[in-house]
Amino acid sequence: MALVLNEEQVMLRDAARDFLTARAPVEHLRSLRDAGNSVGYSSELWAEIVDMGWAAIVVAEEHGGLGYGFAGIGLLLEESGRTLTPTPLLSSSMVAAALITRHGSDDQKATYLPALASGEHLLALAVDEGTQHDPTSCNTVAVEAAGNYSLNGSKVAVVDGGFANTFIVAARKSDESTGLFLVSANATGVKVDTVSHLDTHKAATVLFADVEVSAAAELAMPDGLEFMLDVARIGQAAELLGIAQEVLERTMTYLKDRKQFGVAIGVFQGLAHRAANLYTEIELCKSVVLHALRELDAGTEDIAAIASMAKAKLAETAHLAATEGIQMHGGMGMTDECEIGFFLKRCQIVEALYGDRYFHLDRYAKLSGY
Amino acid sequence: MSDLESFRLETRDWLEENCPKSMRTPYESDDDICWGGRNAKFTSDEQRLWLQRMASRGWTVPTWPAEYGGGGLDREHAKVLADELSRIHARPALMSFGISMLGPALLKFGTEALRQQHIPPIVRGEIRWAQGYSEPNAGSDLASLQTRADDHGDHYKVNGSKIWTSYGDKGDWMFCLVRTDSEARKHEGISFVLFDMATPGVSTKPILLISGASPFTETFFDDVRVEKDQVVGEVNKGWTVAKYLLTHEREMIGESGVSEAGSASISEIAVRKMGLNNGVLKNTMLRSDIAKLEIDEIALDLTIQRARDEVKAGASLGAQSSMFKYFGTELNMRRYELLMAIGGLDALDWDGGENADGLLPKSWLRTKGNSIEGGTSEIQLNIIAKRILGLPG
Ligand SMILES: Cc1cc2nc3c(=O)[nH]c(=O)nc-3n(C[C@H](O)[C@H](O)[C@H](O)COP(=O)(O)OP(=O)(O)OC[C@H]3O[C@@H](n4cnc5c(N)ncnc54)[C@H](O)[C@@H]3O)c2cc1C
Repeated sequence: MALVLNEEQVMLRDAARDFLTARAPVEHLRSLRDAGNSVGYSSELWAEIVDMGWAAIVVAEEHGGLGYGFAGIGLLLEESGRTLTPTPLLSSSMVAAALITRHGSDDQKATYLPALASGEHLLALAVDEGTQHDPTSCNTVAVEAAGNYSLNGSKVAVVDGGFANTFIVAARKSDESTGLFLVSANATGVKVDTVSHLDTHKAATVLFADVEVSAAAELAMPDGLEFMLDVARIGQAAELLGIAQEVLERTMTYLKDRKQFGVAIGVFQGLAHRAANLYTEIELCKSVVLHALRELDAGTEDIAAIASMAKAKLAETAHLAATEGIQMHGGMGMTDECEIGFFLKRCQIVEALYGDRYFHLDRYAKLSGY
Repeated sequence: MSDLESFRLETRDWLEENCPKSMRTPYESDDDICWGGRNAKFTSDEQRLWLQRMASRGWTVPTWPAEYGGGGLDREHAKVLADELSRIHARPALMSFGISMLGPALLKFGTEALRQQHIPPIVRGEIRWAQGYSEPNAGSDLASLQTRADDHGDHYKVNGSKIWTSYGDKGDWMFCLVRTDSEARKHEGISFVLFDMATPGVSTKPILLISGASPFTETFFDDVRVEKDQVVGEVNKGWTVAKYLLTHEREMIGESGVSEAGSASISEIAVRKMGLNNGVLKNTMLRSDIAKLEIDEIALDLTIQRARDEVKAGASLGAQSSMFKYFGTELNMRRYELLMAIGGLDALDWDGGENADGLLPKSWLRTKGNSIEGGTSEIQLNIIAKRILGLPG
């Protein structure tokens, strides 16, 4: 498949860009912060997004979705990276939809997929427990009792955890394997504490104390955890791509406008060469993200290395873009007023969640046999 | 069966029959590369046969028009051919500056007569071309070149000198930038001319490189006669041709950043030489540089594919070739730094020893020229900054 967008995809991207820059530019995130919004996203905005069908993109038509695939949602995430718009697109519309489509039972599909497509039901991934992302270490346990499970443990950095209706919880079973369980946020024994992250997006710490979960709430197919995380990582790579491109473009505008020594500062090679290097890295990133989304769409079994490559490369490049962006803006770059700093903050969050570049370089090497 | 599929099967059969066994093994040294030319030295009869057979189908240049002896294949068919060649690890039948540099410029700017004269011998590997661009005082600032071509009615007389002429002593003909108008602004008085290096007045002097090889020369011109019909493009508009050729040269050099199909990956070499510790390469610092390199190799390869797809969809490559030149060469240099680190003490041997006559350290030293030849990395970054990012300067 050619590594270029088709006409439909270009239209979707343009529509997304128009909508997000008009309705939810970086100013939107700033106003959520300044208004002390405790939820972390705007439900009015979400309603508009749902109206445009974005929540339904990954869900198949038979379950009330559009069946438009990952290339489509990738473009939306890329565009929301440019505007830093907080939405449940990644956790719910991309990851949960993909996971339940691939690993869910017929009942689970019937329950969750139409509700995801209509944007009414939101899911959050509850995976990490310690300071470092580490899906191999799981202290939350699911103990079988009378055909059901009893869940105990705690999860940190649960994105969208403050408002999700259902958690997808990774828990260790008696045979030491890790299962995924769909747990209602209203279930007895679930306690949610919202935290504000440094980019003003919200996450939650979630406690599970003797939470009763029916056997039917376990995801039907085993080994869903890595798949779920890999889909998330590829979605994050798309978001990071949007961030990197936006910072580069804003910075180039600044280099052409800002004058020192009587000339536009973009004349100076000390800046121009770094900008050109950044441009080159971002061009590579575009190909990596497009490729990863294509592989997801093609249903490729082995996406682990592809996902780690995408996350490692994008985390490094977006971070470089954000720090270079601040440096090239001079003192202005350090101000809260200049929006460049918002991009660095968001980068740091997206990088750390589901594995940073060090985690993914290590994983990539292991997957490649060294 | 689709047309492409039947082409694939037909190609596979043809290659099976026509690609000699010894041409399906990796190069042992640079001497194994077939450059063709009047004085071509073939390392074996099979190498000569492989060139003749491929040339007879125009497959030394699969996408060039069949009317000039090229393969006449569209991109899809050329991709099938490339896949089938790499499937059997076939060596390129022919490499030359005629293929990677002059040919595309002739096809775009040359007269019909010039194409008829020069392209078929390039396809067949009969004439080896040298590039006469750089001069002692015109390197990065190429347009300040001073080699003169004076008008003598039906011909020019060329005087001056070039430097860093790759394989200047082996070239049969030269494509050369000369000043045909010394009054005009520097970009506007240059012409792009072709001449036989056996013409009286052409002489070369070898330059020894840090790799111990001497693949390039100083090249001197003393009243060299050049026919007027050997000007490519318009007189005094040679800079346009020169720049177009450079985009091809840069794209070609940039592709050296993608590791050769079939050759061992750098992590395989590292595992073989250094061993694993609990499944992990023993030196974990080196390991992370290797992982970054391997990711960048794939990323570059995907980006070259994407650029081709975009060109097919109507975009033009232009200044993007500078991006490939810059990244591809820096990547190749990173690769050789890692190979030297992995090679450790073995990689120090120059003569004798385990290491086939110092092939690795010699290749490593040669890569240092990658970010200089074809326009330095700094010049590529200048081009990206100005042409693509629109920065002033
Ligand atoms: C292996 C090899 C093969 C070659 N083959 C050929 C060939 O076949 N034919 C041919 O004609 N030429 C050939 N060349 C020459 C090559 O094109 C030149 O060496 C190259 O263009 C640089 O010119 P220079 O050597 O004069 O360096 P300079 O131009 O003197 O550069 C010196 C340093 O200054 C930097 N610099 C110069 N200008 C700027 C600027 N504006 N901004 C920032 N930095 C700048 C350069 O990047 C470099 O780091 C070859 C070179 C090599 C190494």
